[in-house]
Amino acid sequence: MSKFEFPPSIKSRPVWGTLEARQGPAHLFISDAEGAEAILDVATPEIMKTAHIIYIPKGADFADQLRALNPAQFYEGPSYAASVQRIRKTLEDAKMGLQVYLSGTEGLMGQAQNEAMQAGIEFNAIQTEHRGSTARRMQCVHCKGITEDVETDPFVCSHCGLNLFVRDHYSRRLAAYQGVCIDAEDPGNVPEPKGIYE
Amino acid sequence: MTIQFNDETFRDDYSFRNSDWAIKRFPFPFHEDSYMYSVNMEQHRGGPEGSVYEKRFDVDEHYVAEMKDRAMVLADDPLRCQSLPHMTLAGWDLLELIMVSKSEDYPDLFELHRDGNNWRWVNKPMGIDDTFTFLDETTLPYGPMEYITRQTQGDFCVLDQRDDNLWMDAGMVTTQADWSLDFDIGMNFFEWHAPVPLAHEMGIFQRALKFLLNIQQGAPARRMNWTMTVNPLLDTSPENYHKWGIQKTTVTPENIGAKQHLRVELQTFFRLPRSNALVFPIRCYLCSFQDMMTMPKWGRRLHRVIRDLPDELAAYKGFIDNRPMMLDYLSQFDDGQPTSPGVFPEPDTEPALKT
Repeated sequence: MSKFEFPPSIKSRPVWGTLEARQGPAHLFISDAEGAEAILDVATPEIMKTAHIIYIPKGADFADQLRALNPAQFYEGPSYAASVQRIRKTLEDAKMGLQVYLSGTEGLMGQAQNEAMQAGIEFNAIQTEHRGSTARRMQCVHCKGITEDVETDPFVCSHCGLNLFVRDHYSRRLAAYQGVCIDAEDPGNVPEPKGIYE
Repeated sequence: MTIQFNDETFRDDYSFRNSDWAIKRFPFPFHEDSYMYSVNMEQHRGGPEGSVYEKRFDVDEHYVAEMKDRAMVLADDPLRCQSLPHMTLAGWDLLELIMVSKSEDYPDLFELHRDGNNWRWVNKPMGIDDTFTFLDETTLPYGPMEYITRQTQGDFCVLDQRDDNLWMDAGMVTTQADWSLDFDIGMNFFEWHAPVPLAHEMGIFQRALKFLLNIQQGAPARRMNWTMTVNPLLDTSPENYHKWGIQKTTVTPENIGAKQHLRVELQTFFRLPRSNALVFPIRCYLCSFQDMMTMPKWGRRLHRVIRDLPDELAAYKGFIDNRPMMLDYLSQFDDGQPTSPGVFPEPDTEPALKT
């Protein structure tokens, strides 16, 4: 599957990379949906001997292929929220030199990156690769409510109901883009929603 | 001079007013008849007597009312004041800087008595007389940054310095020009400025960062920034934009002189001694168009600046829709005569408006 090329943007917007196999005593892969393909691309039998894969399918069908890589540990979770305690425990127990690989949607990578940074792993040492949906995790600046997988701009806040403009401004701490009321100066004048990258 | 503090509001009935004294010392930000971004840093080592540049932390007639407004904002939204765990020492540095500066610069208003780490702070305008132990958080009602910035006009960003960058890791932000501390906390210098148009491409932020990283203890710097605000509203936060944005549509040719305010930020930068953090106070001054027009030089100049400002900047600063109405109003105060250089109004030497 071809990768989506994000258009150039402002400096707070995250830039994702391409996973590469690195030397290390242990390897933690956190991935959702089509992010599995990025793992399949870099997995080697050597790495899988000490690999822990945490995978959230989100309706995609890669779990069996990942299991077939025969990693030391494999977990398939129903949601990111359900897996986060396991991610934290894994990071807490990690030894120096752990390699972290994140792949899939921006929402997953952003949140997992945050956990890894809070566990003391250098931001630049965390590998990432975007695959699959370009939907955004978004925080409404007004009610602070987070909405996952926002695909259109503008969109209606799922918490407070305001019409929000989907900005490129991004907070690593919140792992979210910012949504700001689009019709504050002209209530009801809301453009027809379209895909964020259309 | 003893300051008479105004009983006034920055919301609802907007009873905020500038006295003649406050108009004359308003920090008009344009030193010439045009404006473009620049780093425009200078040393913050005093200025003309009575000007807003004279003291390290200017106190004016709006002090008590601004602190009441801040307390209301914080009661509604405590996330306007945040400090990441590693920033507490910088908060103590800031508390010391402000207490020492204010007690030295305004001895009739503020007193600081120190006996080792046992400190007594007297803030007469706000009726505060507290005794506490320096560097012991349990002896103050708030963290040190919050405690002192609830008593000091202006927003405060406390920036950690590491990896050749500055990080927005603590702040008290209740009078901001439409940016969110809660969203931006933890960002580096380039990230929190990311939404600003044009300036990145002009290299402004690279040069500004280089300058700021090298600010030394005892050698603070300052610069000005500005935007426009309808009504004297201090809390122009993104959090509340859905509530205040509509006010921009209430401007008419009849009320624009009273409603439209130039919003000026006096930004200063101080190195903090123990933490090596940089504190970045952003002090907001508001002045209505009609009050500014009492100074012929400012009338001529403001018209020329607003008329010639690039569209991107007028859009970013949020007044592009109202610009034609502003120009209709301001053009009445521009008779085409030259203006003298510099920001000060020069009311005694500048020619009166030709009618």
